[in-house]
Amino acid sequence: MTEQVILETQNLTKVYYSGFVRKTSVMAVDGVSFNLNKGEIISLVGESGSGKTTVARIILKLLRPTAGKILYQGKDISLLRKRQALTEYWRHVQGIFQDPYAPFNLFYKVDRVFDIIFNLFAESFSKEEKKKMIDASLMMVDLNPEDVLGKYPHQLSGGQRQRILVARSLIVNPEILVADEPTSMIDASTRVDVLKVFLNLRDKQGLSIIFITHDVGLAYYISDRMLVMQKGKIVEEGRVEEVITNPKNEYTQKLLSAIPTLTKKWESTEKNETG
Amino acid sequence: MSKEVTISSTATVLKAENITAYYKLLAGDVRALEDVTFSLASGEIFGIAGESGCGKSTLAATLSTVMLPPLKLIGGKLFTDDGRSIFELRERTLRREIRGKYLALIPQSAMNCLNPTKKIKDLIFDAVKAHDPRKPKMEILKIAMEQFAEIGLPPRALQSYFFELSGGMKQRSVIAISSLLNPKVLIADEPTVALDVSTQKAVLDLLVRLRNKGIVQSMILITHDIAVLRQIADRIMVMYAGMVVEIGPTEDVVFKPLHPYTEALISTVIVPEPDIKKKVLTGIPGAPPNLMNPPPGCRFHPRCKFAMSKCKEEVPPLVTTNGRTVRCWNYAE
Repeated sequence: MTEQVILETQNLTKVYYSGFVRKTSVMAVDGVSFNLNKGEIISLVGESGSGKTTVARIILKLLRPTAGKILYQGKDISLLRKRQALTEYWRHVQGIFQDPYAPFNLFYKVDRVFDIIFNLFAESFSKEEKKKMIDASLMMVDLNPEDVLGKYPHQLSGGQRQRILVARSLIVNPEILVADEPTSMIDASTRVDVLKVFLNLRDKQGLSIIFITHDVGLAYYISDRMLVMQKGKIVEEGRVEEVITNPKNEYTQKLLSAIPTLTKKWESTEKNETG
Repeated sequence: MSKEVTISSTATVLKAENITAYYKLLAGDVRALEDVTFSLASGEIFGIAGESGCGKSTLAATLSTVMLPPLKLIGGKLFTDDGRSIFELRERTLRREIRGKYLALIPQSAMNCLNPTKKIKDLIFDAVKAHDPRKPKMEILKIAMEQFAEIGLPPRALQSYFFELSGGMKQRSVIAISSLLNPKVLIADEPTVALDVSTQKAVLDLLVRLRNKGIVQSMILITHDIAVLRQIADRIMVMYAGMVVEIGPTEDVVFKPLHPYTEALISTVIVPEPDIKKKVLTGIPGAPPNLMNPPPGCRFHPRCKFAMSKCKEEVPPLVTTNGRTVRCWNYAE
């Protein structure tokens, strides 16, 4: 695989200020730099409050960084301000979020979530063209258009809804997907289908994906490279196999030892104290 | 070693027989619990696993006798260790002797529903006074201090408000309050959901410590995460669509599951272990049924790859052999 950098962040920093008289500041993201190659899934892993979501929001241009640069295909996009430039950017970079319930209005059929995405296009499409594009992208996420279109949100499972939202992002044919905890609200049995969609998109469409999760197991399963964040900083970065089997950073080691697994039992639990 | 604990202690602290509970709605009955039977041995941690909507939390509410409408008990019995039938006791007896003292419940996300205008010690006064109105405050405080020290929480937590504590500390305080009256059975409903892995571990360690120190005798741990149960549970019960599908010792259920649903559920667990990446995860086709109108026969049959014609017609019985219980026609005659 030729390594072609598609997105690069340089020293990304975000400080949140709060309070009026006594101003306090929180360093949410502190000098984060990483590369995303074409056709690669990287995952940002960290506990809550480590700044993963802030990074996602900055990359999606939903939040302005305090300092630092985001280079998309070599161009600095952290300075984009105009609506037109932003919609252009959003045609290339799309986001998927945690809650597969929130984007749906439960009084309307699910087809409605597709309406707004067409605003990102400069050109306009006829109804038939739109239908064709929706069907094609639903197919890409392993959904049968006839099964889901025309239904109400409550008739679909969490996994199906999340895949519909992935399909919606795919309509603009993006280069990068930023998925922020896309499976944390989905049951184990349907979660696998969503993960498979991401892997398929990488392999067949050459999509680059930034996968944000708190679940190290999930990150290991899905991604090629893993970045471990702690308190706004990237403390460890590397191929997933390397990070899982041979973590260098102390925090990563601690994190890994706290994860419950199936084959190994924790040594420190006092389970056998009385037995 | 954990297995020996389970087998050697034959005393049963809680016995549930054929518990059936429905949500009575205008549109019809939601059959959330159907024919749930199990027994809890003294000194064991009993894990209940299943996906959302399988009746785990309904079971927790039913066991702790807080069935609020529209949830209604349709049938079944629950026995204490001295043979009293809990569902037949009067409300007064339930309040004085059962809730909090015999059975204590840690409801799901309890730590987010606490009164922010009260200090933790005030909540403890309330809880103790409901059982023993004449106990002086100083005495209660002393007991609470001891309990907190025993389970490794700083005594300053008693003097703080809930919003001053971190997530893990909050949850551990909630557990400390629930176990203050030394209940025989502690029911914890998803105690580690929304916690980071390191705090999750601290909370699980605490639960194990409660059992080992004899503060609670037995524990029912409800979670969707089988990897968590694998770490601390002695036995696991798997539920699907309101029914028990399998009960067995943890190792057996995890490594040699009997029921096709258990097998499928365990194959979807993703943990950071070297061979998971090579594994092709399949998931379970379809979605759990609507419990207002569950499929006839075995409730798992529409998603089961081993389904036979019998599965579609008759509900399989719970069959127990060699300490393992399963509800599947493949194992029943």
